Amino acid sequence: MTALVTLRDLAVSFDGTPALRGIDLAIARGEALGMVGESGCGKSVTWLAALGLLPGKARVTGSVTLDRAEILHAKPAVLDRLRGGRIAMIFQDPASSLNPVHRLGKQVCEALRLHRGLTGAAARAEAKRLFDLVGIPDAARRLDAFPHELSGGQNQRVMIAMALAGEPELLIADEPTTALDVTIQAQILDLLARLRREMNMALVLISHDLGVVADACDRVAVMYAGRIVEEAPIARIFAEPAHPYTHGLIGALPPIDGPRRPLAAIPGQVPDPRAMPKGCAFAPRCPRRIDACEVAIPESRVMAAEHRAACLRAEAFEAVHA
Amino acid sequence: MRTSPITTPLLEAQNLMRRYWMRRGAFGKATEVRAVDGVSLSLERGKTLGLVGESGCGKSTTGRLVLGLETPDAGTVAFQGAPMPAPGTAPWRAQRARMQMVFQDPLGALDRRLTIGVQVREPLDIHGIGDAAAREKRVLHLLHATGLRPEQAERYPHELSGGQRQRAVLARALATDPALLVCDEPISALDVSIQAQVMNLLVKLQREFGTAILFISHDLRAVRQVSHRVAVMYLGRIVEEGEPDDVLHSPAHPYSQALVSAIPHPGRGGQRILLQGDPPNPADRPSGCAFHPRCPVAFARCSQESPALTARPDGRLVACHLAHEPAIARAA
Amino acid sequence: MLRFFGFRLLRAAITIVMVVTFAFVVLRLSGDPALLIMSVDAPPEAVAAFRTAWGLDEPLWVQYFKYFSAIFEGDLGRSMRDGRPALTLVLERVPATLALTIPALLIKLCIGIPAGITAALHRNSLLDRLVMALAVAGFTIPSFVLGLLLVLLFAVQLGWLPSGGQESWRHAILPVITLGVGGAAVLARFTRSAMLEVLGQPYIRTASAKGVPWRAVVWGHALPNAAIPTVTIVGFMVGSLIAGAVVVESVFSWPGVGRLLVVAVANRDLAVVQCILLLVAATMVTSNLVVDLLYGALDPRLRSGLASAPKGAAA
Ligand SMILES: Nc1ncnc2c1ncn2[C@@H]1O[C@H](COP(=O)(O)OP(=O)(O)OP(=O)(O)O)[C@@H](O)[C@H]1O
Ligand SMILES: Nc1ncnc2c1ncn2[C@@H]1O[C@H](COP(=O)(O)OP(=O)(O)OP(=O)(O)O)[C@@H](O)[C@H]1O
Ligand code: SF4
Ligand SMILES: [Mg+2]
Ligand SMILES: [Mg+2]
Repeated sequence: MTALVTLRDLAVSFDGTPALRGIDLAIARGEALGMVGESGCGKSVTWLAALGLLPGKARVTGSVTLDRAEILHAKPAVLDRLRGGRIAMIFQDPASSLNPVHRLGKQVCEALRLHRGLTGAAARAEAKRLFDLVGIPDAARRLDAFPHELSGGQNQRVMIAMALAGEPELLIADEPTTALDVTIQAQILDLLARLRREMNMALVLISHDLGVVADACDRVAVMYAGRIVEEAPIARIFAEPAHPYTHGLIGALPPIDGPRRPLAAIPGQVPDPRAMPKGCAFAPRCPRRIDACEVAIPESRVMAAEHRAACLRAEAFEAVHA
Repeated sequence: MRTSPITTPLLEAQNLMRRYWMRRGAFGKATEVRAVDGVSLSLERGKTLGLVGESGCGKSTTGRLVLGLETPDAGTVAFQGAPMPAPGTAPWRAQRARMQMVFQDPLGALDRRLTIGVQVREPLDIHGIGDAAAREKRVLHLLHATGLRPEQAERYPHELSGGQRQRAVLARALATDPALLVCDEPISALDVSIQAQVMNLLVKLQREFGTAILFISHDLRAVRQVSHRVAVMYLGRIVEEGEPDDVLHSPAHPYSQALVSAIPHPGRGGQRILLQGDPPNPADRPSGCAFHPRCPVAFARCSQESPALTARPDGRLVACHLAHEPAIARAA
Repeated sequence: MLRFFGFRLLRAAITIVMVVTFAFVVLRLSGDPALLIMSVDAPPEAVAAFRTAWGLDEPLWVQYFKYFSAIFEGDLGRSMRDGRPALTLVLERVPATLALTIPALLIKLCIGIPAGITAALHRNSLLDRLVMALAVAGFTIPSFVLGLLLVLLFAVQLGWLPSGGQESWRHAILPVITLGVGGAAVLARFTRSAMLEVLGQPYIRTASAKGVPWRAVVWGHALPNAAIPTVTIVGFMVGSLIAGAVVVESVFSWPGVGRLLVVAVANRDLAVVQCILLLVAATMVTSNLVVDLLYGALDPRLRSGLASAPKGAAA
């Protein structure tokens, strides 16, 4: 199976401060990949960089390929055809991610015109179909509404409809449910899963909540301080987490049954990106640290099929839990 | 049930009601919003009551009412058996030291121009507790209890991480040794790994200081972790109340059922109860049971008659026409 | 909507009344027109007669009352100097002023707004710095200094353009430039910051992520939003079309409303001064009303009312 999108050694820095420190990742057609990690670990920056959406001051290096064609630093014309077309992205805060002065229908039709050549009544009819598809009630009239006239959940659905307008092969959903109520979150996750099945679309779901990702994805990449520290199928991540940070994330999740004991909180906090530890970035918080951890950055190693982790003590850790 | 008939609860709220008047549009007529519509709750010393529900259902308003930060339009709040003094009066101010609030956004709650140490000491200065030396000692003790290092007293809020800021807020709230702490979404703004730190801290502090806590959240997992009882709110009313484990494992109200099934859980994608439609508008309260337009099991009576919050034989309080008829409830 | 405009109109009327009252009081208290207009050695009886003729011997509140009731009959009084109706005197001068201020406004818009947008789009580039340096210069140099500098250069040194007067369109060039430069600088700075604010908004990123080409993002998504704050300052500029040229008209001896005002104040020609102030207040207030209307047209959030934001209220 060839990958649809591949990131190789993708690195980003802002004004000399590194934000991403070498990301390798591949997404196959129709696959759902979750990305989790602490706030500021670089989840959003990864995909903003891949699509050339970062502000000019960001320095981006590495390689991003779509069907083996390099798209990093591609010409604007190439990127414009691809963004919203083959790869669509939706953002965390639906209310401020929609243009407040344009009607929703107009914003969706713009994408339809750019990527499917639809205009006028045909575009409007298709926009209405998309609104129906994502479950916006009273779709025909909502096309003429402004973003402030809809609720947060409805606006998020408009964002999804807009992303689907180009019939993307890959949808990147950056925290699509963080701003929403729990019951609406369930609706949106369900919607994404359904659309993915129906359109055979690959999905990258960015979240800081391992639970959300577990619900909607096949595979998960755990990020810490600008790197991917572990990558594995969902079932395996919960059964046999190899990296102490992943283990910590799972431990920090309050259980929904069993006796109540103190949560295994990860002590300390994320390192300052301007003063990264020389070795493993997690070492200062890591319960399993050994001296070697502080010498060099651990390589990512294969643990099992489709399971990689960047920790010196990954095997030892697994052995304890097996 | 935990309520023992002998001791009066620390906090007893009866039938609280709070209305706001809100204009639709700049020129429209003001409409009434019943933010809280007949909420009763009681809280014992050293215990935690979790309050969950969707955005806008009136959780924060309930919190402000029980603290006496707002006066209810109807209903009463009794603290340590005595009714709440009128806001702004001297007894009210004295009482305020015994009850504290912790908000969601720790950076907003702290003054960015003052150091953490100064802010933790502030309530002691305001309420004139102890002399200078005693205050210093108390500040150090509070910082220690909340897991902050003494030198962090010299830091400004922006120099701390999110979790450390929330610790500082907690230290300040605990300065006057309050009997009641209202925590309004104290962890929602924090990272998952930091959330665990703060939840652990709350449980530890409660054990140490014997504080009663009203824990407001929309996260049922978090509520279970820290609470002794949980109340589920929907559109200004409590629709279910019980032990956290019972509510989580066999929710009785259809809304609680949806809420519980929406908890993300590995390997259990398919069987969620999906509610149709959006959270309701408190300015336009549906007739009968407010939940009926979204309720998957609603029947004719639901749109006409509002169900009362009553106890089932097992002690669970539920406000649903179906919940008291076990056969139908199970089928649903 | 009707209530909204009723309210705005009422507020506008109150503003005008306040301006007129203020001017009335200040002018009456700051000097005796009779002494200024009559020659210094005029006999006391003549001065007294002048006072009676213009009603200056009556109590202030009676004068005020009379003045106001006259306004409602459309009578804005007569000039104390030559006895002609003040309104005619003022209106005669309006075309001359507009001949300066309207071209100047066009300069402000055509230079200020594009300069601001360009600077914002090339933030921190050499171009941006250059535009902003020019804007700061244009904005800090007082217009009389700039006017005099221009006269020195183009009229005195090079002799290309006349230094004052109103004989031909060439006479208007220097005053128009003087007026235009300051406003263009203000507008450039303002547009730049409005644009930067908008370009940082998430919906701009959304538009790019949708595949909208950058030019279309700027024209279709950024400008309509940046226009909202910019309208305020343009409205202010439109509002000062009549009164905005006082200094420049004096420097270039241009016989417009501004010069008339200066002369009338010096002479305590009360009716004329008040007539001008009334006119100025009326234009200001009208342009404010138009700005409010434009806001509604540009910003759908205002159209459906601000108060429907329960989330904000709850926080
Ligand atoms: N425009 C920018 N300028 C400077 N630094 C930036 C910019 N955007 C992101 N960063 C930095 O890059 C790092 C990664 O940010 P990113 O937004 O990818 O985090 P994230 O993992 O998406 O976090 P969150 O869960 O909070 O969204 C952060 O340290 C952030 O401060
Ligand atoms: N000061 C106020 N004026 C008008 N309406 C208000 C005010 N405060 C709250 N409300 C309304 O009362 C209702 C309940 O608000 P409240 O803040 O208690 O909800 P909440 O459950 O805390 O929601 P969230 O989870 O979003 O914090 C909301 O519909 C809100 O719009
Ligand atoms: S490499 Fe060492 S410090 Fe890093 S996570 Fe593994 S054990 Fe911990
Ligand atoms: Mg992000
Ligand atoms: Mg709240």
